[in-house]
Amino acid sequence: MTRGPRIGDPAPRPDGPDKVTGRFPYSSDLRAPGMLWGAAVRSPHASARIVGIDPAPALALEGVAAVLTADDVPGRPTYGLAVADQPAFARDLVRHHGEAVAVVAAATPDLARRAARAVAVDYAPLDPLTDPAAAVTAAPLHPNGNVFRHLIVRRGDVAAAAADPDLVTVEDTYEVGRQDPAFLGLESGLAVPAADGGVDLAVSTQFLHADRDQVAASLGLAPERVRLTLAGVGGAFGGREDLTLHLHLCLLALRTGRPVGMAYDRSESFVGHVTRHPARMWYRHRATRDGTLVSVEARVLLDGGAYQSTSAAVLANACCFAAGPYRVPHALVEGWAVRTNHPPAGALRGFGIPQVCFAHESQMDALAAALGVDPVDLRRRNALAPGDALLTGQRITGTAPAVACLDAAVAHPLPAPPDDDPLRRPGGTGLATGPGDVRRGVGVAMAFKNLMYSEGLQDLSTASVRLAVDGGELVATVHCAAAEVGQGFVTLAQQIVRTELGVDRVVLRAADTSIGEAGSSSASRQSWMSGGAVAAACAGVRDEVLARVAAGRGGRGEAFALRDGEVVSRDGGLRLPLAEVVGADPVEAVRVFTHADTAPLDADGQGDAHVAFVFTAHRAVVDVDPALGSVQVVQIATGQDIGRALNPLAVTGQLEGGIAQGLGLALLEDVVTREGRVATRTFQDYLVPTALDVGDVVATLIEEPEPGAPYGAKGVGEAPTLSSIPAVVAAVRAATGRRLRRVPVRPAHVALGEDGVAPFVVPGGPAAPPGVVTGPEGPLAKPALTDPPGVAELPGGEGGA
Amino acid sequence: MTEEQHHITLHVNGVPRTATVPARRLLSDALRHDLGLTGTHAGCEHGVCGCCTVLLDGEPVRSCLLLAVTAQGAAIRTVEGLAGPDGALHPIQRAFAECHGLQCGFCTPGFLMTTAGLLDRSPAPTDGEIEESMAGNLCRCTGYQNITTSVRRAAELLAAGQGGDPAGPWAGEDPQEPVAEAPLAAGPYAPPPGGGVPGEARR
Repeated sequence: MTRGPRIGDPAPRPDGPDKVTGRFPYSSDLRAPGMLWGAAVRSPHASARIVGIDPAPALALEGVAAVLTADDVPGRPTYGLAVADQPAFARDLVRHHGEAVAVVAAATPDLARRAARAVAVDYAPLDPLTDPAAAVTAAPLHPNGNVFRHLIVRRGDVAAAAADPDLVTVEDTYEVGRQDPAFLGLESGLAVPAADGGVDLAVSTQFLHADRDQVAASLGLAPERVRLTLAGVGGAFGGREDLTLHLHLCLLALRTGRPVGMAYDRSESFVGHVTRHPARMWYRHRATRDGTLVSVEARVLLDGGAYQSTSAAVLANACCFAAGPYRVPHALVEGWAVRTNHPPAGALRGFGIPQVCFAHESQMDALAAALGVDPVDLRRRNALAPGDALLTGQRITGTAPAVACLDAAVAHPLPAPPDDDPLRRPGGTGLATGPGDVRRGVGVAMAFKNLMYSEGLQDLSTASVRLAVDGGELVATVHCAAAEVGQGFVTLAQQIVRTELGVDRVVLRAADTSIGEAGSSSASRQSWMSGGAVAAACAGVRDEVLARVAAGRGGRGEAFALRDGEVVSRDGGLRLPLAEVVGADPVEAVRVFTHADTAPLDADGQGDAHVAFVFTAHRAVVDVDPALGSVQVVQIATGQDIGRALNPLAVTGQLEGGIAQGLGLALLEDVVTREGRVATRTFQDYLVPTALDVGDVVATLIEEPEPGAPYGAKGVGEAPTLSSIPAVVAAVRAATGRRLRRVPVRPAHVALGEDGVAPFVVPGGPAAPPGVVTGPEGPLAKPALTDPPGVAELPGGEGGA
Repeated sequence: MTEEQHHITLHVNGVPRTATVPARRLLSDALRHDLGLTGTHAGCEHGVCGCCTVLLDGEPVRSCLLLAVTAQGAAIRTVEGLAGPDGALHPIQRAFAECHGLQCGFCTPGFLMTTAGLLDRSPAPTDGEIEESMAGNLCRCTGYQNITTSVRRAAELLAAGQGGDPAGPWAGEDPQEPVAEAPLAAGPYAPPPGGGVPGEARR
């Protein structure tokens, strides 16, 4: 066995050979003898009453084994990550386009789809609620009401700042469209009924144990009767945190007594999983004439769609980080996440911060222009540093290299001016742009984000490491339920074990629910949490090995150390090969890892709600054809806070991939809805960036080890997507002078100068209570939302937390 | 509802394979379901994402845009046919694995087959050619930088190799040893090497 990569080495993926040979089993590749195939019946309406469901035409088809509806759910009729408000199948009422009404099982995938179309569902369409601003006062769409969360973050005294006539004020409204995770591996899985009356489910997911608990509750089974195994995951990005087909698969397998496989098609996927929250935002910044930020007021309205998912936590992120990585003594942020008849929104890379980042960075540029100062200087002057307080009052106790990120991003040499290659011009192969039509622009932005779960949420991971001798060779086996979704946790786990135990051969067991939970592969948390759990389990193994040696010699474990595959005594007198110590008696340790406690936010949105923070900065260079509105990204330079690069290959991959997703939201990606129906359900109209769209990426890693983090590393999964968005838009603004207050920026916004952003409408109506600062469009912090609106008589009974 | 069935023979990775399919069976589905070759992935089934790219008589095509019956008698190469018979990685495969040209890996087979087609017609492509050729395949994880690097590296490896055929099975030597046991996802239900259904005899 050659020496495998340790912590800090560039480590290739252990699943690379299987992935390049086609052997790697994705969730869509699983097969079992005698299996059936499932397909869902989905609502074509955004809002409708279900008058009747007739499965007979489907059951009449030869080879159709089952048609299941809400009547066939034996346990809890609803599920949800935070609040179980989402029905397994719509009963009586459909609340979004694509909501599942029934599911069928049939002998082949083709037949299952035909059978799904044959199920006769009689709908009485209703007017959908599509305006999030109207949701607060509209008739409730659900027994839980239409407001998932209303949150205020209040710091200092914005009224005093407003009274200071010497301050410079900039104010505007911004919008963010609906970004789809657009992972390429479609939702899929295989459920197999088990002899004990339970079910085994192999599925692509981000969080096995949360899936298991939700599925078990709806099946009416004890959680241990539902066993999940992670199948190969074709990308996730947040979009696999919620249940999709998991429960339907298990219901079918248990009903038919046969294995059942299922795979969404792309158009189904677009309505069958969560997206990023579309956002409307109003901002007002005030600063002294020398460019010191004094106050930020913001309102953030998130469209959470029909069911809650993670909307409450997404809103908290949007509000806590609403002002960006800057010192702001006075702030008033008010946020709403509301229910509409759009498909549910939930987690997506950045988790609430990409939206506000677009707004706060646009504001910083507007402020720099109003002050007549350099936008980079303005950011540098106000950037957060260790010891500074956030809007929530929390002080940064760890590293905060905001300025270092910014300086690194702008220190990269600018790319060469536009050359003569017509394919490199905006519009590319369209060849519509002549050599004199290109205008270049440069924009800069920065951001920061919390790492891991916040607001006192339980956050832990579990790992076991087992050390054994196999054929004379030491083998370490790692077991952890952390979902490998492409980010490279499997690589990191091996690096950690090699580093801690000096064992080169490290085998990874499939992630499953036979071990304790690892939490979700989200929130940039797995390197810290599951990496920490694996390191702790290694320490447990080491302690037992040393205790074993000491016991054989009547001493104590502290007298020995483990070094490069050998047990050595502190006095240097003894050297024992580790394989000899382990012998025929394997050593195993299981450890649970947690991070420092966090606190809930109080009524003013104050509290130490977060664990740690990651900082980032981006500089974008774009070429624009102002007449056609076409944009070509030339280069994105970044300075990225990472604490420490545990695997430079993986870090770079996360940076480049995250930037591409930010660029996609800035320029291309938008799930368009019309009357609540999703109009963009193919990759022909939902545009994911290609190799020609992304430009070059140049990156500087800022390595300041984070105190308390395993190996000093900060998760880097989300940060690259944050400020790449406003940096690209700022560059387009610089090239064209357009306002561009909405992303994705469309060619018409650039060419015609009309971004279509309407004035911000405050949810809940115009009445301003006394003492509340009012903006031009209405009151801030209207305290009308503590009591949920009255619940109308709604059928279904899907409520309950 | 009995559909007319057609008996077809596809020369897949040098082996004649037969299947009985209805006329509307997509080539991608015939490969994945009828022949059990699940290395060819379906990411959109409307010809945009490129995950299902295979070589049809040496040319990269979207197997989701072709009916299997129209490929009757054709030579088809899938990702399973890139490595040598002894399992040695093809230089294109090796380049992607070594250069971190993949993360989740779902798009990878399509990129590998597109690369095979590119390097077959243009053994030393420029960066512009590479980006142009790769722009027909979507990747959601990598941001493409490492994919471009991987294609460049594959061209180098092929140029330095023993005259291997970019679009054929690799017959050269492979100094790579596996870096570690691969993490096995969903073990018992994974398709066996070479295709087929776990627990069932090969068709």
